[in-house]
Amino acid sequence: MSGLRVLVGCKRVIDYAVKIRVKPDKTGVVTDGVKHSMNPFDEIAMEEAIRLKEKSIASEVIAVSCGPPQCQETLRTAMAMGADKAILVEVDPATYEKVQPLHVAKILAKIAQENKIDLVLLGKQAIDDDCNQTGQMTAALLDWPQATFASKIEKTDGELKVVKEIDGGLETVTVKLPAVATADLRLNEPRYATLPNIMKAKKKPMDKKKPGDYGVEIVPTHKVIKVEDPPTRQAGQKLETVDDLVHKLKDQGLIPS
Amino acid sequence: MSAQSLRPKVVQLYKTLLYLGRDYPKGYDYFRTKLKNAFLKNKDVSDPKEIEMLIARGEYIVKELEALYMLRKYRTLKKRYYPDET
Repeated sequence: MSGLRVLVGCKRVIDYAVKIRVKPDKTGVVTDGVKHSMNPFDEIAMEEAIRLKEKSIASEVIAVSCGPPQCQETLRTAMAMGADKAILVEVDPATYEKVQPLHVAKILAKIAQENKIDLVLLGKQAIDDDCNQTGQMTAALLDWPQATFASKIEKTDGELKVVKEIDGGLETVTVKLPAVATADLRLNEPRYATLPNIMKAKKKPMDKKKPGDYGVEIVPTHKVIKVEDPPTRQAGQKLETVDDLVHKLKDQGLIPS
Repeated sequence: MSAQSLRPKVVQLYKTLLYLGRDYPKGYDYFRTKLKNAFLKNKDVSDPKEIEMLIARGEYIVKELEALYMLRKYRTLKKRYYPDET
């Protein structure tokens, strides 16, 4: 069997280091003029795909992103890391607000079929909406086996042996190819997309598509009612003496009086 | 090797560092000023050997910065998504 064809999803999200601000009307978060980058979990998935390629297990790595035109930059980063080509499924910014995991999963499933993909690698979740659904849905739509929260991926004959992170331990599963896998934090340490590689990535091919090309209509299946800031932590208090502290603790019933 | 022929290497190093500076925690402006000063401080160095040494140091810093960013990202995510683990 020749090398695997790997499809990697790369979502463009607000950079992990940015302080998130909620819009005053509570419909979402402020994204204008905010630094964006590739979803860190997708970066890990991309790194894994490239490592598979370096071990000659994978023959081609395709990066795909679904979103506004700025996603091109995310895909350039992916190609600078080592992806061979990219597919941008362009959605205009207004419609993008309505895009939900199900739509992305449908698009990914279609792309996987069209490109004869053997392995779909995604991040386990995006750090903006924390849905943790796309991988699972894609697997379901394709009727492929899924290995989520991977912390180790090994290729055996026609199968993948995946160590998954589960509550309180690890679980090892084998999945037949083709399959869908989602990356957890400890799968690997992603490499940095260096400046020369970014320049070289500009020469790599990038296809532009529309959701309609894959027969997907962006109609939201669930509604966001409101987006709110997490509760702020209450400020602490400084006390002068130990007696004050003991008093306070007794008042709160934290120590027997 | 003459000092002049090392020029492209120095320029390349400067560009790489500037690019990396965009992600610097204290901000791009802080990083750029520091970087410029560091390069200006050595502008009169003409001994090729010494220039080579300085380039090597710059490349070391590039590696350190990449490692710093990776760790910072990893730690932030770990804190955010795996709060129970130490």
